[in-house]
Amino acid sequence: MSLGAHLFLALLEGTVGALVLALTALGLSLVFGVMRIVNVAHGAFFMLGAIVTWYVSTLLGSFLLALVVAPLVVAAVAVVADRLVLRPIGYEPESTIVATIGLLYILEQVVLMVYGPYARPVTAPIYFRVDFPWFGYSGYKLIVGVIAAILLVATWIALARTKLGLYMRATQQDPEIAQAFAVPVGRVYTTAFGAGAGLAAVAGALIVPIQQAHYLMGLDALLLSFVVVILGGLGSLRGTLVAAFVVGLSDGAVSVLFSPTLAKIVATLLVGLVLAVRGRGLFGEEIA
Amino acid sequence: MSQDGAATISRRRFLQAGATAALGAHLPGPWVGRAAAQAEGPLRLGFQVHRTGIGAVYGRWYERATTAAVKLINEKGGIGGRPVEIVAEDDGTDPKRGAEVVEKLAVQHKVDFIFGTLFSHVVIASAPRAGELKIPYIVVSEGYHVASGRLNRYVFQPGITDVRAQVTAVAPWILKNLGKKVTLIFPDYAFGHDHRDFFSRVATAQGGTIRALLPIPPTETSFTKYFPRVPADTEVLYHVMVGPGVLTFVKEMGEHFGARRPQIFGFIDSLEGVDLASAGLEFLEGTYFWEAFPRYAAATMPQHVRFYRERVGVNANGASVNDPRDVSTFSHMFGCWETLFVIKRAVEQSGYKKPGAAAYRAFIETLEGFQSFPEGTEHPQGPKRFVGRLHQVFGQQVVSKVEKRRLTVIHRTAIEDSMYAPEADYTKQPL
Repeated sequence: MSLGAHLFLALLEGTVGALVLALTALGLSLVFGVMRIVNVAHGAFFMLGAIVTWYVSTLLGSFLLALVVAPLVVAAVAVVADRLVLRPIGYEPESTIVATIGLLYILEQVVLMVYGPYARPVTAPIYFRVDFPWFGYSGYKLIVGVIAAILLVATWIALARTKLGLYMRATQQDPEIAQAFAVPVGRVYTTAFGAGAGLAAVAGALIVPIQQAHYLMGLDALLLSFVVVILGGLGSLRGTLVAAFVVGLSDGAVSVLFSPTLAKIVATLLVGLVLAVRGRGLFGEEIA
Repeated sequence: MSQDGAATISRRRFLQAGATAALGAHLPGPWVGRAAAQAEGPLRLGFQVHRTGIGAVYGRWYERATTAAVKLINEKGGIGGRPVEIVAEDDGTDPKRGAEVVEKLAVQHKVDFIFGTLFSHVVIASAPRAGELKIPYIVVSEGYHVASGRLNRYVFQPGITDVRAQVTAVAPWILKNLGKKVTLIFPDYAFGHDHRDFFSRVATAQGGTIRALLPIPPTETSFTKYFPRVPADTEVLYHVMVGPGVLTFVKEMGEHFGARRPQIFGFIDSLEGVDLASAGLEFLEGTYFWEAFPRYAAATMPQHVRFYRERVGVNANGASVNDPRDVSTFSHMFGCWETLFVIKRAVEQSGYKKPGAAAYRAFIETLEGFQSFPEGTEHPQGPKRFVGRLHQVFGQQVVSKVEKRRLTVIHRTAIEDSMYAPEADYTKQPL
């Protein structure tokens, strides 16, 4: 394969990867931005989305239905977790980290008990192979990229143009003043947590036909989401998007041209560098 | 004052009496019980199993094969007249936890032997602890680490052949039938390194060339980015992968190469626990796999293979009889079954009764003295030759071709094809 073909493959891999990563990381960023908590169980919601997708598309035979049901089910689980676990501990930053680690283990082990240790495939609704002159590429992956992009735009519009989005942005800027202006902060917290989980679940659902549903698949998603969110600036949605593309494209390019292990090293170094030089991330706001 | 003193003394006495009673009631109880039980009671086998972590699919089937074998052994009167009891402990497919599990089984559960570990990095981390505790540790791992001599005299692998032997047996077939320019894709840890080292060695010695070596980190989930590194003039793509990403790996390999694919030879590890009829695996039609034990039932299979499949609960496609989607790790799990029958033979011949230096010496020396195991109910995969100085068993290997989304056996090697010059001699190590 020539250098041009290598670059083209790197670009394809990088873009699709970046879009899915942006969707997952956006959920984490939203939860941190609005609620000021670090949700370690975010990867578990991603995994749960994939598992629910497997169940729905295997039992009911429709992947598209699963794509709708999975985020709803996972958001419901997140809302219950918010009411039963996070609210009683008052969203204390330290306690929340421990509580969400607990949640992560509970979700993983429940899936292991019910669903088992298998990596189970789901058939893609549309499957074709795009045959470029130098190599072939999964057509479904391209579609995943497009759907992820549409969902990202939809989330953006929801945050910028709707009343709920306004409430969320207000709560993010100052919960106390927002409350004084009759923003139902408690309900906004619950909604943000549910929506964050839902975004992770959609990403998980989209990825199943490529990667299979497996109870440990959330770990990778969690780590990369953290990398992206730290790089972009905690709580900054624009930063999350930019960082997802920086990580996704550099990962694609370095993996294809050099080695995938080097790509992971570069991503980690990048985070270290950003933290050292600009602690609040590329687009992060100063936290008072 | 005196009243106070009396009160103190009486309280102290009360506590002492209570403590003595508690000690008397509880501490000696189980000890006495266990000592008596070990002479006459069940033979307790510690089973180090990958119930969670990346080895969980293998672990689940290792457990099923073990349960089936123990049930059969107990139906036929147990080992040396004693019933067998399995004490299973999950190690999370984690090397650090593996060593702790060995310790827990030996010290806390006081089992007679420990067996069943699969993943090579866990074996390598756990085996030294078994050596220190001086308890026989009988692995079902495939890695070359046992036969290489880098472990210790307490570690055996009598139920499954090692990677070096497998590769030595099938490499000539690959070079003769598929091509001489080979690119290897393998997991980047001990098990994969055995493939890299020994396939490269055998292939170059027989006129083949290794075009590229592509190590893949064991936790990788996306593989498309590795395939551009396969040189265009590769004639044979040799792949072996493990872990939950295997189906993605094989699917993405198909997407990348399509009809322009080179000849593909895989180790079935790349698709253990995965249905060959899964969507996206169409391109595997006409490719080849190494198997230890054919997954798909054939009309010609002998009675003891039928019996084994029935007892473990496997249907004609190598999946669970209860759930056709639950595909077994057929080329590996027989190792647990066969290992248990080797333990049975060694215990009965050595007269082993309970843990102790002399009893373990007799057990180990008996095991080292074994030379062959005949094919049959106890060794359904085929006849075996055991090399005592290597602590390693040798057997037949199978090459299968994917035809109509099933594997059909097209070549079976002889035991001699897999034998290599031994490098180690454990029998010279002190006990």
